[in-house]
Amino acid sequence: MKNRPVTTESPIVRVLLITSAVIILTLFLLMPLFAVFAEAFRRGWEVFLASLHDDAALSAIKLTLIAAAVSVPLNTLFGLSAAWLVTKFRFRGRSFLLSMIDLPFAVSPVIAGLVWVLLFGAQGWFGPWLAERDIQIIFALPGIILATVFVTFPFVARELIPLMEAQGSDQEEAGVTLGASGWQIFRRITLPNIKWGLLYGVLLCNARAMGEFGAVSVVSGHIRGKTNTLPLHVEVLYNEYQFSAAFACATLLALLALLTLGLKSLLEQISGHKAGGH
Amino acid sequence: MSKKRVIPGFGLSMGFTVLYLSLIIIIPLAALFIKAAGLGPAEWWEIISSRRVLAAAKLTFGASAAAATVSMVLGLLVTWVLVRYEFPGRRILDAMVDLPFALPTAVAGITLTQMYAPSGWIGQHLDKIGIQAAYNPIGVFIALTFIGFPFVVRTLQPVMEDLGKEIEEAAATLGAGRWTVFRRVIFPMFVPALITGFALAFARAIGEYGSVIFISGNLPFKTEILPLLIVAQLEQFKYEAAAVIAAAMLIVSFLLLFIINLLQRWLDWQNR
Repeated sequence: MKNRPVTTESPIVRVLLITSAVIILTLFLLMPLFAVFAEAFRRGWEVFLASLHDDAALSAIKLTLIAAAVSVPLNTLFGLSAAWLVTKFRFRGRSFLLSMIDLPFAVSPVIAGLVWVLLFGAQGWFGPWLAERDIQIIFALPGIILATVFVTFPFVARELIPLMEAQGSDQEEAGVTLGASGWQIFRRITLPNIKWGLLYGVLLCNARAMGEFGAVSVVSGHIRGKTNTLPLHVEVLYNEYQFSAAFACATLLALLALLTLGLKSLLEQISGHKAGGH
Repeated sequence: MSKKRVIPGFGLSMGFTVLYLSLIIIIPLAALFIKAAGLGPAEWWEIISSRRVLAAAKLTFGASAAAATVSMVLGLLVTWVLVRYEFPGRRILDAMVDLPFALPTAVAGITLTQMYAPSGWIGQHLDKIGIQAAYNPIGVFIALTFIGFPFVVRTLQPVMEDLGKEIEEAAATLGAGRWTVFRRVIFPMFVPALITGFALAFARAIGEYGSVIFISGNLPFKTEILPLLIVAQLEQFKYEAAAVIAAAMLIVSFLLLFIINLLQRWLDWQNR
């Protein structure tokens, strides 16, 4: 065909548009990613490895893993329960419930930390009660977990609800007619149908849980080697002008991000589903 | 509802969902508002109208709006290219759009600071032309654009992908030039998604903390954002003041989102 189709632009315009998009994405997205690694290795391998082998760094990694290991399963359970509720049933207050599930997206991470301080901090509502019993929530692991749970609350539910809504309930209803129990229906019919979406949600939830900064920063108290998660450890090092060490620890989080993006693309290919995360 | 529920698990899922939602989200947020309401209107006003809070609010909402607007323009261009054209590296770049979602904010914060500081990769060039990006409101704007950009692309992309070519063909057959077709036929169909993308980017930017606090330099009255001001109040054990600022911030962002939502419905209704 000699004439170009009417639904595309002239080659010059096309090349111009592609070039500017590539420049934007390179300067804006690829360069920061590259910079993390460049800064981390600026003073060589030894400094890089030593920064990761440091006791404070190791305990920060451990704390980050613990916080994610508790909050991700909790929010996954909630996501399954909420998605089942709003997609299999119609009831009063359903749309209110839906907007409540989205609420944490509109709340600043700092506020997500603040609410727990107001409840369980020394000056908080339950502060004196907790102090009497020698239970510490704020500036300790429970507070870090609560803050993480708050910010990662919607991720799994947000992936599952549109997916389960689109799939409808015909198969589940057929299962009921054939005499299957609720648990059998969930395990044999629903779960296989939603497994990729579920994995996708868990993946995004986990990435946010391990990388959360603002909320955790408010409740952690920044006790070195005790209540610093990996992102907080990065902050402490950076503020102490230990740039190479800060970026060395940051590479771990950048690798987590890359791994998440890789798995996300893979899941999208397998399931043929494309969704926007948050 | 008269129809009997066929599928089991209503009671269980309702019970667990409402209990969990209440414990994690509703009760803590209610506690925040109750704490803030503990102060009288006069004290509220004194906190909210202090010069430092007003300066921080101006910066937070101003930089967020500017960043969301720029994200919208860049996002439109990038999404168009990613959806419409084939070129080497397209798939990788498409996957990379989500980087700001996946990259922990603290990492984004220190990296952008390093890049835009006067000695950094981009900062040194900006420095030559007399622009200092880091430790200035421009730095806040850059960080918020980085954070907001993927929201626009990911909202717009499905709409662009689903757009049939029939309408464009019809318009071209009727003699419209390509630019006219884009401006008069294609672009209006993207407007609702662009507004949604703007709203998401804006809402996220207002609350953003980790990616901003390093590059901003945190000078009171100049580069201090609202979330940081909340942290500053907490560090001085001024819990009431922190709660009041947080509550006011939530009320304003909910209101803004509500207005954007109304605007969107109005547009939907207009397009019908």
